[in-house]
Amino acid sequence: MSGILVVAEVFDGELQPISHELLGAARKLSDGGAGPVSAFVAGEAYAQDLIHHGADTVYVSNAQGLEIGLADPYLAPVNAAIEQSGADIVLLGQTNIGRDLGPMLAFHHKTAVSMETVDLQLQDGRLRATRSCYGGNARAELTWKEKLQVATVKGKSFDALEPDTSRSGEVKNVDAAGETKIEVLSTEKAEASGVRLEDAPVVVSGGRGLGDPSAFTTLEELAGLLNGATGASRAACDLGWYPPSQQVGLTGKVVSPNLYLAVAISGASQHMAGMAGSKNIVSINKDPDSNMVKVSKYAIIDDYKKVIPALIEEIKKVK
Amino acid sequence: MNIIVCVKQIPDPETPAASFKVDEQAKKVIPAQGVAPVVNPYDPQATEAALQLRDAAGGGKVTVVSLGPDSARDAIKHALAMGCDEGVLINDDAFEGQDNFQTANALAKAIDKIGEYDLILMGRAAADWDMGVVPIGVAQALGIPAVTVAKSIEKDGDSVKVERVLDDGFQTVKAPLPAVVSVSNEFGEPRYPQLRQIMMAAKKTVEVWSASDLGLSPDEVGEGNRVLPLEALYIPKIESNVEIIEGESPEEKAATLVARLREAKLI
Ligand SMILES: Cc1cc2nc3c(=O)[nH]c(=O)nc-3n(C[C@H](O)[C@H](O)[C@H](O)COP(=O)(O)OP(=O)(O)OC[C@H]3O[C@@H](n4cnc5c(N)ncnc54)[C@H](O)[C@@H]3O)c2cc1C
Repeated sequence: MSGILVVAEVFDGELQPISHELLGAARKLSDGGAGPVSAFVAGEAYAQDLIHHGADTVYVSNAQGLEIGLADPYLAPVNAAIEQSGADIVLLGQTNIGRDLGPMLAFHHKTAVSMETVDLQLQDGRLRATRSCYGGNARAELTWKEKLQVATVKGKSFDALEPDTSRSGEVKNVDAAGETKIEVLSTEKAEASGVRLEDAPVVVSGGRGLGDPSAFTTLEELAGLLNGATGASRAACDLGWYPPSQQVGLTGKVVSPNLYLAVAISGASQHMAGMAGSKNIVSINKDPDSNMVKVSKYAIIDDYKKVIPALIEEIKKVK
Repeated sequence: MNIIVCVKQIPDPETPAASFKVDEQAKKVIPAQGVAPVVNPYDPQATEAALQLRDAAGGGKVTVVSLGPDSARDAIKHALAMGCDEGVLINDDAFEGQDNFQTANALAKAIDKIGEYDLILMGRAAADWDMGVVPIGVAQALGIPAVTVAKSIEKDGDSVKVERVLDDGFQTVKAPLPAVVSVSNEFGEPRYPQLRQIMMAAKKTVEVWSASDLGLSPDEVGEGNRVLPLEALYIPKIESNVEIIEGESPEEKAATLVARLREAKLI
């Protein structure tokens, strides 16, 4: 038996975009001969959507605890779906859940997981995964020794398919109940004003070179004028200048806006890991040799303190 | 409160991209000239958490464990200088080139051998392979819960209360002890050992355990027995096509940039 099982995720009553991207990746593998595409989801309501996006069979779980935001309760139901579908490839998103569930599944089955995978190929019917390592400085290609191949996939690495409402598929139930010894006491949502960072068509990010937390207010004004969101480098977040939920990079958000404006950010590989997929990068930096300038389409080499107000004025003029 | 902290020595993750080199044949990173290996940056934060918890509990022992080459002794010494009580180096040529899954297994065996523990702490990931799978693997091997990406940890009776960093906020959870908790950079700055502490740490003994001391057989360790074989390692190519916007003043440069962005229909 073979096949691919995608672990879909629901958040705030909505299927997460990564679930559709995973199905896009799975369909490609399936077309290459990896077998049928199954999806696991918590709740029947999402089954048709998953079928329209590429699933042949959807395994629905109504187990308790899948909504609390922990990976443990997923282990038994997802294992049941792996067993029922006969899948030998399991794809998850690199999300709060997937980050823990991927390794849990791998260790449970005495196999391995490729984390934050950016590319998946089939070679003689077996998976070959590409992922970044060394903070984004290097890439590794990996295969699996054991039959079951688990991978978490980095957001925005694969395209979702256009939904096709004429596609049909099977919906099955999985009965296994999950469990956890961990109790969730409270969950606090980061308050993000305006456009969500991951979805914004324009992102204006600030780094340590701003030298001053109040500069973020000016960046927010600029982002507002461009209908964009404001992000930050980890150096800026670690200094307490901006909330960690707005951090872009390896240990923050992955963004791929149409326009990424990097203000006083040097472009360390770990920052690039979160924004290298941006369609157009613009840098405002004092240092012409910085990595960020090198990967940019346009760059202004000057003090941001003078450039940003001038940019704001100029954009107001043309609006 | 008895705590075990796992630390790893890695090539400096802030090595500038220009000095970062890979031997594609050997599938290994070539250590950058004059850049010394460092303790994985999350690990001193895990160590700091351990020391604070031990002291808040009014006693107990913090044991630092590292799997690595001889030089990994430096990572252990750093943790001892910070204030840990005992150190164990898991060191054997047989481990060379093995993956995180094999390492999680070896660490779990070492922790089992140490025996007495209420809590196991480690960094959220090692900044070389950036996988973050070891905390989960160790917890599963020991049959205890894992709580990942912690911002703060507090003992609460027979449990720990942990604030976790999520993609979109924070979550506070309670896990029964013993448990594994992985610590993130949001925990805050760790203490920096003073010279006197560094000198004292130099005198503390570090036990060294080999693969056979842990009951690991030759067919489960090392590169040849990876569960996730490494097929290739290389540096991705970046090409630069940047246009530096020229101008007499910041205003002129800003105007030119806005014109360019409008031409390209980006704003
Ligand atoms: C395990 C690990 C994970 C990490 N994860 C992330 C992550 O997710 N995201 C992330 O961003 N980083 C991450 N980092 C940190 C990363 O390595 C860098 O340290 C960080 O990105 C640097 O931030 P920065 O560019 O803001 O600061 P710096 O590197 O200090 O750069 C500041 C820039 O500002 C410019 N500048 C200074 N003054 C001015 C001025 N007046 N006008 C214009 N330009 C000016 C300078 O020329 C310089 O280019 C991680 C590191 C590690 C080890």
